[in-house]
Amino acid sequence: MSTSAAHAHPGSGHAHGHGHDHGHPAPGFWSHYVFSTDHKTIGIQYGLTALVFLFLGFCLMLVMRWQLAYPGQPIPVIGGWLPKSIADAGILLPEGYNAFGAMHGTIMVFLAIVPLGVGAFGNYILPLMIGAQDMAFPRLNMASYWSFLPGCVVMFASFFLPGGPAQSGWTSYPPLSNIATSGQTWWLLGMVFLITSSLLGSVNFIVTTIHMRAPGLTMFRLPFFVWAQLVTSFLLLLAFPPLEAAAVLQLMDRVAGTSFFMPEGLIISTKLLTESAGVFQGYSGGGSPLLWQHLFWFLAHPEVYVLILPAMGIVSEVIASNTRKPLWGYKSLVFSVIFLGFMSFVVWAHHMYMTGMGQAISIFFQATTMIISGPSVVILTALLISLWGASIRYTVPMLFATAFLPMFAIGGLTGLPLGLTASDIHLHDTYYVIGHFHYVVAPGTIFAVFAGIYHWYPKVTGRMMNQFLGKAHFWLSFLFINGVFMPMFWSGMAGALRRQYDPLMQLHAETVQGLGVMTSWSAWLLGLTQLLFILNFFWSLKAGAPAGENPWHATTLEWATEYTPPRHGNFAAVPTVHRGPYEYSVPGHAADFVPQHEHA
Amino acid sequence: MHFANQADAAKHKRTYLMVFGALAVLTVITVAVAKVHLAMPLAVTVAMVVALTKGSLVASVFMHLSTERKALFSVLILCVFFFAVLMTLPVLTTHESVGLVTQKYQPMHGPSHGAAEGGHSDGAAGHSESSSGAAAGKGDGR
Amino acid sequence: MSATIELPHDVTPHPITGMYNGKFGVWLFLASEVMLFGALFSTYVLLRVGNPEWKHGWDLGLNIPLATLNTMILITSSVTVVMAWYSLQINKFDTARLYLWATVALALGFMVVKYFEYTAKFSHGITPKSNLFFAIYFTMTGLHGLHVLGGVVVFLYLVGPGSRMWLTHPEKYTNRIECTGLYWHFVDLVWIFLFPSLYLL
Repeated sequence: MSTSAAHAHPGSGHAHGHGHDHGHPAPGFWSHYVFSTDHKTIGIQYGLTALVFLFLGFCLMLVMRWQLAYPGQPIPVIGGWLPKSIADAGILLPEGYNAFGAMHGTIMVFLAIVPLGVGAFGNYILPLMIGAQDMAFPRLNMASYWSFLPGCVVMFASFFLPGGPAQSGWTSYPPLSNIATSGQTWWLLGMVFLITSSLLGSVNFIVTTIHMRAPGLTMFRLPFFVWAQLVTSFLLLLAFPPLEAAAVLQLMDRVAGTSFFMPEGLIISTKLLTESAGVFQGYSGGGSPLLWQHLFWFLAHPEVYVLILPAMGIVSEVIASNTRKPLWGYKSLVFSVIFLGFMSFVVWAHHMYMTGMGQAISIFFQATTMIISGPSVVILTALLISLWGASIRYTVPMLFATAFLPMFAIGGLTGLPLGLTASDIHLHDTYYVIGHFHYVVAPGTIFAVFAGIYHWYPKVTGRMMNQFLGKAHFWLSFLFINGVFMPMFWSGMAGALRRQYDPLMQLHAETVQGLGVMTSWSAWLLGLTQLLFILNFFWSLKAGAPAGENPWHATTLEWATEYTPPRHGNFAAVPTVHRGPYEYSVPGHAADFVPQHEHA
Repeated sequence: MHFANQADAAKHKRTYLMVFGALAVLTVITVAVAKVHLAMPLAVTVAMVVALTKGSLVASVFMHLSTERKALFSVLILCVFFFAVLMTLPVLTTHESVGLVTQKYQPMHGPSHGAAEGGHSDGAAGHSESSSGAAAGKGDGR
Repeated sequence: MSATIELPHDVTPHPITGMYNGKFGVWLFLASEVMLFGALFSTYVLLRVGNPEWKHGWDLGLNIPLATLNTMILITSSVTVVMAWYSLQINKFDTARLYLWATVALALGFMVVKYFEYTAKFSHGITPKSNLFFAIYFTMTGLHGLHVLGGVVVFLYLVGPGSRMWLTHPEKYTNRIECTGLYWHFVDLVWIFLFPSLYLL
């Protein structure tokens, strides 16, 4: 779908980026595909690794859902394959349930969603969107991926330890996590790698966004995707280090016998811990389990905004391009996302309402938590209003992006009773919480990720994905994902507790066990549905329709690369930007879009 | 940051050496003051003031912050703000109030206590300030 | 792979930030390091406030004179690194090289003093496990020490094989010294706060 009439070829003069013309020897396999410093290759590396772990993390939950729907029953087919630390005679063990639960959370957050949203989409698209030839620090970028991958390997390898992987939740609360099996130590080491990777990446993103923009691309002409990535990078930069510190402290507790998080007089299974063997013998005590919670949530709250902000960025781009009109309220979007990023640092203790904090500080965190819902609403509203009066093209990415809006709304609204201390007393640690955050991340962020994949696949591969398979994937996923998470609000309100191996442990949970079965079946069907996506993804690589350089007729710079898929150097010449990012349906123009770099 | 000429360069060199001297003096001061064993709040204040002075000298002169632009300052101010949040808020969670209470907490008394106890409510309201620190410190997880 | 591309603002400062890429990058990295050490300082505050029987630094048998010496060593090394950068600015590479070696020597001196401090503790049976104070003491000074070692590694590279860059790209080399210097001053800054917090209060 060539758009040569509207797409004026940028600039003149001798260009950088014609790597193949300069007489340099072509890079070998290893430096081209493995140890590449090119942001596009690194983006793809992140993307593929993250998709593998997204699938793995999902499978962990599918196994857990069997135990939750049919407690005590052997898992069909694969039950016998699970290691001794996880299942016995095909029946999931409590330790195995806890292990899968902890690793599901960890993998989804740190090995799948963030690497997809930031590592994959951020790395690949951001330099293209700002008209740059690469990131500011290409080798640092490579180091970031090669710090990520060992972290993934360590996490994955921990499944095969005799004691199993980490089992104390993705939140790793001590003292439980301090006395857990060796898998927890591996988890901590894996986290150090992953955090390092994020820190290196965030430095790169910020410097690149501020310093490497094409001429004419002022900050307020940046696509919202770039703003979202910029704020996300600040969150990663400033919020991750306390968790790295906390991980070091927990490692010290577990390996050196310190008592940072260990209170005095701890009794495990009727015995005083100080009298046990091993590293805890004679430990000094006096530590604070709450200290871990503070340090953990100081990161983990901004982390959830790291999960959602790139998604908002992706959805914004897809909506703009498929509504053929500018995004409504660009400035309010930008100021909201900046304010959101700032506020995200001062709300963390709303995860700790039940720890007996003083009233004054509880009220403080409740207030900031209520305030932070404001900018989210502004962003959602701006995106919703952007649909008003538009000629909407219901392409597959647009389906996912449109669905994101009400799904994120449900997720956000259900957060309010959790952010208010009074109602949180009842809802804390119930399935309501699980429903809330999954709505934001699963039909929220993951749908946005799918939207992004369907939207940018033509740019990355030069081919279109199959529309029919894509639509089927969307509708079935939409149906089943609501089937998974909607019942959880009712289960939670009835008092069904989360992180419980036996769903029938409390009598009152029996009343909502049927909902749990519905969730499980929806989850398994959702899993089957993803096969459509996987099939589409690989089939289209070879057999998808050729895309041309700008199949969606979009305005932003990533569609103006010299080649599709883009090659090293990206652009024939550094583009000059003459206008804002969403000049769609501009009166007086023949085409219904005016690319950013096109001459006036 | 290139130097305009010889004199400008020499001036910078002098500044670096003067700051070195100041840092040395401040180090001596902070160690000397510590020997006096002041009360904790005062000792902490003095120590932090001296450390901040030393730190500011290192940051503004050695790290050239005094010649940098606003853009960098905004990033650093943000960082300093979040650092302050990280330093103060966790400790504040161990306090029932932060000095804004207008009415002392009065636990509800059952009917049998009311008349006999009269106006004495202190004993039951022992949750505030100083004791909560110790309770948190014993790490009973509250 | 990256040889075919010339990235803007590698050396030339950007009009908005007034810095070249590397310098902005290092400052951002330092901001994250502030948060890292800040978390440890916050840990120290929380644990100390919660433990009223916490002893003062001078009552715990810490070697204050040795630590004061270490403070002076680090401050001096900050001066030598600034003088190294200054010498490069006025084109005196050999002087700069001397100052860089001085910085490395001082840094290693710091680590030697640290080694004596630690071994003295261990020989008295004092380990991170002994009590909360020593847990935080060893963790914070240990992490700081690792940062010192990291700085030493980078300086050794820059004064050794990396110094070839002075011949081909002198401004870029000067910038690298500046960036490493910024990191080094930060390491000094942390110690400026760590020393009174652990030893004097």
